[in-house]
Amino acid sequence: MQKEYTVTVYTEDRIGITNRITIIFTRRGINITSLTTAETEIPGVYKFIITVMSTREKLDKVVGQIEKLIEIHRAFVHEEDEVVYQELALYKISTKSLESGDIERLIRDHQARILTITADYFVIEKTGHQQELTDFIKKLEPYGLIEYSKSGRVAIVKWSRRFHEHLKELQASSEA
Amino acid sequence: MQQKDVLPMKAEKADKRLSAKPVITGSEAVIRSLIAEGVDTIFGYPGGAIMPIYDALYDFQDQVHHILVRHEQGATHAAQGYARSSGKVGVAFATSGPGATNLVTGLADAYMDSTPMVCITGQVAASLLGTDAFQETDVIGITMPITKWNIQVTRQEDIPGAIAKAFYIARSGRPGPVLVDITKNAQFGEFEYEYVPCTTIRSYQPVPELKQEAVTAAAALINEAKKPFLLVGHGVLLSGAEKALIALAEKAQIPMASTLLGLSAVPVDHPLYVGMLGMHGNYGPNMLTGECDVLIAVGMRFDDRVTGDVPSYANKAKVIHIEIDAAEINKIIPAEVAIHADAKTALEALVDEVKPSTHEEWLAEFRAADKKEYDKVQHRELYPEAGELKMAEVVRLISEKTKGEAVLVTDVGQHQMVASRYYRFKNPNTNITSGGMGTMGFSLPAAMGAKMGTPEKEVVAVIGDGCFQMTLQELGTIYQSKIGVKIVILNNNFLGMVRQWQQLFFDKRYSSTEMVNPDFVQIAKGFFIPGKKVTAREDISAAIDEMLATDGAYLLEVVVEKEDNVFPMVPAGAPVSSIRLE
Repeated sequence: MQKEYTVTVYTEDRIGITNRITIIFTRRGINITSLTTAETEIPGVYKFIITVMSTREKLDKVVGQIEKLIEIHRAFVHEEDEVVYQELALYKISTKSLESGDIERLIRDHQARILTITADYFVIEKTGHQQELTDFIKKLEPYGLIEYSKSGRVAIVKWSRRFHEHLKELQASSEA
Repeated sequence: MQQKDVLPMKAEKADKRLSAKPVITGSEAVIRSLIAEGVDTIFGYPGGAIMPIYDALYDFQDQVHHILVRHEQGATHAAQGYARSSGKVGVAFATSGPGATNLVTGLADAYMDSTPMVCITGQVAASLLGTDAFQETDVIGITMPITKWNIQVTRQEDIPGAIAKAFYIARSGRPGPVLVDITKNAQFGEFEYEYVPCTTIRSYQPVPELKQEAVTAAAALINEAKKPFLLVGHGVLLSGAEKALIALAEKAQIPMASTLLGLSAVPVDHPLYVGMLGMHGNYGPNMLTGECDVLIAVGMRFDDRVTGDVPSYANKAKVIHIEIDAAEINKIIPAEVAIHADAKTALEALVDEVKPSTHEEWLAEFRAADKKEYDKVQHRELYPEAGELKMAEVVRLISEKTKGEAVLVTDVGQHQMVASRYYRFKNPNTNITSGGMGTMGFSLPAAMGAKMGTPEKEVVAVIGDGCFQMTLQELGTIYQSKIGVKIVILNNNFLGMVRQWQQLFFDKRYSSTEMVNPDFVQIAKGFFIPGKKVTAREDISAAIDEMLATDGAYLLEVVVEKEDNVFPMVPAGAPVSSIRLE
């Protein structure tokens, strides 16, 4: 059955690695719904966090084919309950709307915060799961939403300790 | 004044070239790195962006033999043939742009068929990358999904390291093609050269550790089995596991069948060898896959041409899958026991744990199926007494006259299936064909490479009339480089396999499959290659004798029955047990 999965991939720092990973999804016609990548705590090792709608069976095979790539350390498929995750959204609103008292309450109630204010607009930041962030758009719309931008998923895997030990050993051995 | 400075400068330069870390150009570093990897043969084609490398090659002609092909696709297939026959890494050179894009088919073919190959392409100068410069193409992007690894080198000092990694990756684990793209500025630039072979990459584990518990679990299944069945894949040849495989089969008396690419791992006359798997494989192996209770698949990937309908495939069997590539395990057929390991290592461990056994009744089932196929199909194909020449009888004669010891190189289609079915292989690595990709035009250049890789062996290319016309320009290479390959064209004036499908599945609507062919012997003559055309049964034996007695290349055109079909046949996507004998 199709549902949302988080795929994490640990890679070397190499030009084109994103392309190498994404074409494996493309081959099987799997659409990537979000992709976040950044360096891990181990210098030179990058982590890709990819969300997709697909089936477990397909993704297990995709992950196998990703792991086959030379510059990939490991790749994993995670079910929803195996990861703690967060996304971040920015909302640009007309400054005029501040004149209304309601928006302050809205920001407080949704644990959002204001990042910057100019004469014309201000920017609200909110973290949460996708649904919360898109729900917040609807709430802001009456105040004149000018622009909305959302990050991909950042996730921590609940059982990832062993793999991180492996990564640290790797770092130790390459430093030796 | 300038003139006077030239000579002393040159002397100084010469000194630097001879030192432990000589200062040389990137181009010279390419050639020296290849020599350091043991390369003595390169197939290639020069052009603007790779000219500095060809210039460097000029000084190393005594150490490296460059074969000038007639099309870059030919260079890749030749490198493949070279690799498959010799076990060494095949090397191909091409220039940027069209030179590089012409490598694509060969790279894809080598990737599908796990062939170790290193392709080196020239690229426009780094400063021009991304500007749509003359003959610039994104060869890294294009070849990403069809190479095991690729890299673009833009600085001369990175050349030796890139080539060292390329060879290590190409030949280790499950082998595959690698492409190294080198910009022109890096080819020209000078640096202090030093070559350090690559022996490890931290994110890459080519040879998995054998898990003894998996071996024990597999042995337990085999020891319990009433109807065990061994499938022999290309991995057996790639890991040199032929002896271990046969030892296992003999100890527990297990019948062995081969995939298309596994052919030649087991001698065809071995008493436990029961034939080829797959769409046009033998009757017994296909029918009895559904009967076996333990299936031991070694170094193979359950291609759809082998499995037919997947849900019904081997559905009474517990599957043991021995495979070096983790991504192949459970990809198509779930494994009861997976041994993620090199085939030779795994089989040697397994032989020790498997108990001697006999499976007389089970083996008798294969013999009965074999007899059925022989009576219904093989006899009339191999020994026809009337009518037009049959492909099978030609292959039988070649097999007999070469004593099964030639390297058989085949293309794609009916002739390929017939040759694979009827050539009686004796020695490992003597079957070279395009399996996974099914690349028409593969065999003529692949045969050249195979002959270069194993010059002591007779190399016979069996080619269809359609396939031959895809890469026939390589006759020029064969003539120029004096490559003694024997070329047999089985000419039915049709794209035979497509026509067969049209006959069976498209109401005989022969859409664009009939060929009006040239005079192949005349064409060979144009390339100064002797040849003969045979149309009658009484002439074929002598013609093959003449071909084999000829010193150097020879082309034999055999006109065969126009609408001959290859049987047995499993219709695409049908259960393998639905194999048709007619």
